[in-house]
Amino acid sequence: MTEKTSGDLKLTGVTKRYETFTAVDNLDLVIPRGSFFALLGPSGCGKTTTLRMVAGLDQPTIGQIWIGDQDITDTRAYQRNVNTVFQNYALFPHLSILENVTFGLRRRKVSDYRAQALEALELVQLAHIAKKKPRQLSGGMQQRVALARAIVNRPDVLLLDEPLGALDLKLRRQMQIELKQIQSEVGLTFVHVTHDQEEAMTMADTIAVMNGGRLEQVADPATLYERPTSTFVANFLGQSNLLKATVKSRAGATAQLDVHGVSLRLPVDRLKETTTELWLGVRPEKLRLVGPTNGDGADQSANHHGEQNRLSGVVVDASFTGLATNYLVKLPWGQELMVVQQNDGAPSAVRGTQVHLGWAPEHGFALNAAQDAHAGAQDQADDSGAI
Amino acid sequence: MVGQLVEGPVVTVQPPRRPRRNYVPYLLLLPGLAWLLVFFVVPMLSLASQSLQTGSVESGYVQTWNFQTYVDALSRYWPHFARSLLFAGTATVFTLILAYPLAYFMAQKAGRWKNILLVLVIAPFFTSFLIRTLAWQTILSDNGLVTGLARSTHFTDLLQLMNLTSNDSLLNSRFAVIAGLTYNFLPFMILPLYASLERLDHSLIEAAGDLYATPIQTFWKVTWPLSLPGVVGGTLLTFIPAAGDFINSRLLGNTQTVMIGQVIDSQFLQVQDYAVAAALSFVLMAVIVVIVALYVRRAGTEELV
Repeated sequence: MTEKTSGDLKLTGVTKRYETFTAVDNLDLVIPRGSFFALLGPSGCGKTTTLRMVAGLDQPTIGQIWIGDQDITDTRAYQRNVNTVFQNYALFPHLSILENVTFGLRRRKVSDYRAQALEALELVQLAHIAKKKPRQLSGGMQQRVALARAIVNRPDVLLLDEPLGALDLKLRRQMQIELKQIQSEVGLTFVHVTHDQEEAMTMADTIAVMNGGRLEQVADPATLYERPTSTFVANFLGQSNLLKATVKSRAGATAQLDVHGVSLRLPVDRLKETTTELWLGVRPEKLRLVGPTNGDGADQSANHHGEQNRLSGVVVDASFTGLATNYLVKLPWGQELMVVQQNDGAPSAVRGTQVHLGWAPEHGFALNAAQDAHAGAQDQADDSGAI
Repeated sequence: MVGQLVEGPVVTVQPPRRPRRNYVPYLLLLPGLAWLLVFFVVPMLSLASQSLQTGSVESGYVQTWNFQTYVDALSRYWPHFARSLLFAGTATVFTLILAYPLAYFMAQKAGRWKNILLVLVIAPFFTSFLIRTLAWQTILSDNGLVTGLARSTHFTDLLQLMNLTSNDSLLNSRFAVIAGLTYNFLPFMILPLYASLERLDHSLIEAAGDLYATPIQTFWKVTWPLSLPGVVGGTLLTFIPAAGDFINSRLLGNTQTVMIGQVIDSQFLQVQDYAVAAALSFVLMAVIVVIVALYVRRAGTEELV
């Protein structure tokens, strides 16, 4: 709709230190104007602190925050053209829905505040309940009022602090889609803080993964998922199988790796020049069951020029989830790999079967061998079925 | 449905279970109701009857339905009523001004000091009301530190200018009575304010700031309206007893500051004109009930949360 002349949100060297710990550590980040940006990370990673510093509710210890070419670091919250959708919505309980939405407009002495507020309520499909009080509304409705109350001011940046956290799963899905539509409709910069990797991937153009007050990786969802640059990102977004590997040789576009005596391939551009040791990563759904030892299943997959990486192991667990079947396959050296096999007629196996696993080398990714293979993996097993 | 089955004359093989009535809550109410009946309702009725009797302590009283007592008492003592309401109202405003920042700090900012501060607010109750007011006589005495300071800073001159004291002392003046009332009822203002400010969600204050409200606008648009239940509670708990108070005006005031409570007290115990004393008590009660009803109604239009 209305085009703002202001520019990108920029954080330069932002650090927030408390007495005993550093919540945000030397953060450099550029969030382009009009983008839907997600700050993703586990609780305590500094994402909410970052958001509060942009809102003006917390002051950075060091560093600057810019909107376009304006340094807003030392301005107070009420002086910033930034609005927040709070986690608990923070609707004013003594004011009607309409009064809540007009609150910001009236503080800025906008003359047609009523019309603008009704328009914003229209956008979230709640114009009909303008006269009600917040406590008369359901959680989902309150959430939309909070959104309307913020976007009606056309802020340079709209901050969303876990806005869907209090909603049930079904409503959350619905709101994810709605939020995305509203964002593209109003064209404002949205900065969305969440610990839910699926939510971030569904909604955001760009995701910044944070851990321990630092940025792990900033990229679009597909890149983050397919080419994570750290074990933390590999485990926090979805699931990863990480194999300890050493580089044996590099020939042309392909590098030969050694994994516990098995020879595997990886495109050479995934490796740094100097890398000799690495974690070879592959996502569970990229692995294919290729049937019992050299059975007919192998022929299907062998269509890929026979260039498949191969491992063999024993199925120690198989769980049917409808859409797919999840396997745990134990390799000869004891490591268990997660395999997700679509139930689309692909070969299946039962517990105790000896199977071969195959995957295309370009589905592999390389991570720094010095990193902890389990970083960021907590609690992820619970929603593995959702991916 | 079940009710019909129970009450109907239909005999069934397996009679539906009677919903058991629980009498325990009513039983628990009994002692309180009995107490109020014996010590509140009965004395009230006897007081009402007393106010309409004629006679004296020596010759005994006769029920004569003499409403003239009310007319006489009011025409004689209306200035004391007016003074009581004025003093109580002024003291209530001062307690509110003093208590609000204190309660706000305790509720929102004090953190782990919260409980200690609460104990300190209640601490004066460990000493009797009377003793504390007597102590104010010493504090405000003419050769005391406070009066000396007030004189040297010309505070006493300011008070004289405002007609709150008639000479350059603090004791035995309007100022002393109002100050005493303010001091004595301060905890009754702090506690309800604290209770309502403690419930105030801090994110609402942040949200107001986020929506371009300056700190002052945030206070008047968010904090104040949400604390109104505490304000109403505190002002009532302060104003009602202050309007009937007879200790502060007697110990800290002079003949020009006599409040209605003091008049009732002396009518009962010194003059022993029971009819006038009872009539004054009833009028005081009626006046306070009317004022409170108007006040609560007015405050209630804001729809308290």
